[in-house]
Amino acid sequence: MSNYLSITEQEEKEMLEAIGVSKPSDLYADIPISLKNKALKIAPGKSQQQVMEEIEAYAKENVVFDSIMRGAGAYDHYVPSVVRYLSSRSEFLTAYTPYQAEMSQGILQSIFEFQTMICSLTGMEVANASVYDGSSAAAEAAFMCVEKNKKVILVPENVKPEVIETMRTYLSRRGIEIKVLKESEGYIKDGKVDTQMLEKAINENTACVYIEQPNYYGIIEDAEFVCDMAHHKGTKVIMGCNPMTLALLRSPADCGADIAVGDAQPFGLSVSFGGPYLGFMATRVNKDTMRRMPGRIVGQTTDGQGNRCFVLTLQGREQHIRREKAMSNICSNQAHCALVASMYLSAMGKEGLKEVATTCTSLAHYAAQQFTQGKATLKYPNNNDFFHEFITVTPTKAEKIVEKCAKEGVLAGLPIGPNEILWCMTEKVRKSDIDKVAEIMRRA
Amino acid sequence: MKLIFERSRKGVRCATIRPLEVSTYSVEKKYLRKELALPEVAEVDLARHYTELSRNAFGVDSGFYPLGSCTMKYNPKINEELASLPGFSRVHPRQEVDTVQDSLHLMADLSADLMELTGMDGMTLQPCAGAHGEFTGLLLIAAYHESRKDTKRTKILVPDTAHGTNPASAVMAGFEVVNIPSNAEKGVDLDALRAAVGPDTAALMLTNPTTLGLFEKNIEEISKIVHDAGGLLYYDGANLNAIMGVVRPGDMGFDVIHLNLHKTFSTPHGGGGPGSGPVGCKAMLAEFLPKPSIVKDKKGNYEFSCPKNSIGKVSTFYGNFAVMVKAFAYVRTLGSDGIKEAAEHAVLNANYMKAKLEDIYPTENRYCMHEFVVDIQKLKDQTGVSAKDIAKAMIDKGIHPPTMYFPHIPGVIDESLMIEPTETENKETLDEAIAVLRELYDLAFKDAKYLQEAPHNMAISRPDEVAAARKPIVRFEGEY
Repeated sequence: MSNYLSITEQEEKEMLEAIGVSKPSDLYADIPISLKNKALKIAPGKSQQQVMEEIEAYAKENVVFDSIMRGAGAYDHYVPSVVRYLSSRSEFLTAYTPYQAEMSQGILQSIFEFQTMICSLTGMEVANASVYDGSSAAAEAAFMCVEKNKKVILVPENVKPEVIETMRTYLSRRGIEIKVLKESEGYIKDGKVDTQMLEKAINENTACVYIEQPNYYGIIEDAEFVCDMAHHKGTKVIMGCNPMTLALLRSPADCGADIAVGDAQPFGLSVSFGGPYLGFMATRVNKDTMRRMPGRIVGQTTDGQGNRCFVLTLQGREQHIRREKAMSNICSNQAHCALVASMYLSAMGKEGLKEVATTCTSLAHYAAQQFTQGKATLKYPNNNDFFHEFITVTPTKAEKIVEKCAKEGVLAGLPIGPNEILWCMTEKVRKSDIDKVAEIMRRA
Repeated sequence: MKLIFERSRKGVRCATIRPLEVSTYSVEKKYLRKELALPEVAEVDLARHYTELSRNAFGVDSGFYPLGSCTMKYNPKINEELASLPGFSRVHPRQEVDTVQDSLHLMADLSADLMELTGMDGMTLQPCAGAHGEFTGLLLIAAYHESRKDTKRTKILVPDTAHGTNPASAVMAGFEVVNIPSNAEKGVDLDALRAAVGPDTAALMLTNPTTLGLFEKNIEEISKIVHDAGGLLYYDGANLNAIMGVVRPGDMGFDVIHLNLHKTFSTPHGGGGPGSGPVGCKAMLAEFLPKPSIVKDKKGNYEFSCPKNSIGKVSTFYGNFAVMVKAFAYVRTLGSDGIKEAAEHAVLNANYMKAKLEDIYPTENRYCMHEFVVDIQKLKDQTGVSAKDIAKAMIDKGIHPPTMYFPHIPGVIDESLMIEPTETENKETLDEAIAVLRELYDLAFKDAKYLQEAPHNMAISRPDEVAAARKPIVRFEGEY
């Protein structure tokens, strides 16, 4: 059975002779005998053909929906063929982290281009080469803001719940408090952050405020007000962005944010049951932010002949140099996903990305209107400033609506309460599918 | 090479989408950005740009990649095809659980295989990389001690040869780091360990085989010392490839492990990621694993559950699922027999190279595991040629250099190369690499300058790293 080895028996014999042992297991002399060679209860090896059949069978019972109207952190966008095709080139796929710059210029340049595109979208001046996902990006960014006497992170409840949970896991053992500002306590009004209430929550111990743009409910925040107020109170602001919306929306830097983070999965990565996705981080260049940023950063320099070239730089921040004094432990990141994202952005281009974003928000507003013709209402009827996600409230149970949509081949929005559904429209959703769901909603 | 921005021409389009079927919604003006800069290129320009970049990249498919500690084995193509099946790639992570039974089934089966392979009782696939796994595993250890009201255990012991991620992860998990020196055999100094352990010891983190590619012979004694002091033993799975199917970390006394699916289990490194860093643990730690976990109900259906005292989430969803599919295909292809054979051949290949090089490239005088570290100090003293110079000269010969300057024990190992051939390379490839290393050794005595200026045949010569760090240029600032 295939084990991907390519040494013949004769070669193995010659090699053993050169080493001076009679069989490969002799090389394990240092391992105590009592510990060795427990029989493994793992199936014996199979042919590639059998493995193909076996694992194809694993993919058969999963339901693949024709139309996905669910987002909530994972977005089903159209991926141009050229992106899948080019990104699967094995020089990209099978390379390691580009430690050896002379033979890795292609990888290094692709990361430099990714950093540039993230800076362009966020308006920031420096971006890293990626972190695991949007949640770990938010957690790492929060840690960047912590100072000796500022160890409280304020997070309104209208951000992705997974981000809050991940931040807690990341930071609570380092004496950092994640304080969630609840809707029931008045911190969120009409679905967005109430700046005046938030102001009252900020004090001298606040390290930063984390907000999302658009927020978990799909609503566009008044980010500039939040940033102005927070800065006035002496605290920093991290903006977690769905980067697709930045094709149209003001950049986090323009709004005044100190750090922009998010998940760039919408840029060419399939939903793929949750991963791999693509955390990004970007910030302004000032005396400490760049040096507190975790992860790889590629910089431009020249070689001995003066040619432009690229290298991993500012490595003094990283674990392999600084060990326990490093800013983060991150080593492997999501480099190949970053490559896919930059290919996607280049393939869509400036106009194409705006078209995708415009289509998403237009379909969402059409769907919101069509879905609320009967008894269904929008959860935040006074706020029409949502991007491509919105919440409906229905007399019918959310799960019933999900079932009915599934029968039409549509993955409905995510139930986020017994009668509440968080919908998402992307450019892949057809008007005819929205109209089908509108029928269901009219009777809901 | 031109940057993609330098190929941009105003008004050129590549990919296009379905025309809008409803009326255009205009976002309120106060929220809109004024301008957006992204490249504008035709598809042919895009294809040529990335093809050019790929020609200036080097993967396992391009040639020999003996990068120590990174296990750059061949990445089977069947794994890629399977991971991209629509039944996996087009499934939304928040679908109702009855519509994703296969995904959960695969994750449960992969977890079971990995637990069996490592001798663990619990497993999470949520961590996205090895370092992420270390962090997760250390949080389990913290939660365990806390649950026993054993709150004084604030220290993590780390050998001086450990990967840099080990101490960095320990600090992220809120611990203090205590470095443990190596003994003359480059293993853990038992006396130093005995002196270091105590009521403040949370755990010892260990790689076995060690980062020198040697099996830690005293592992049972180490386990006893740490456990007797009330601490736990953490296994850094970076070097599992040498021993999978031969000896299990759980049997050696380890309580928590992380694995690197992108090393040991053949998934591609992608130029730096994505990886996957599953964490396994012994039964007493399972209640702390990240949420959600996957359980099977009485009817045989899979569902999500939350371990009783979960540390919480470490990433948004369930981890790098597509990477798990690839690793699962690999485990199922090799099976119990193939896994052991792969480990044995990884060790065979490393020892063969070692045997053919050790007369001129000094290394430890015992069988190595899957990799070995050669000491270049004497060569440098004699010729001025450093480990880096040898590495750079290998690039000209079409071989990716070994890991340089790691592990670093000042005064003991300074100038080093760590060579890990992996099991998927054949004898001819190893013989060629051996010949190259021998040739470069000879050349060091004849023309040191040539090596010090290597590489000579690449698109660029050595980059000015100091200038890059002093005045960082981290994005393209030109017009496009």
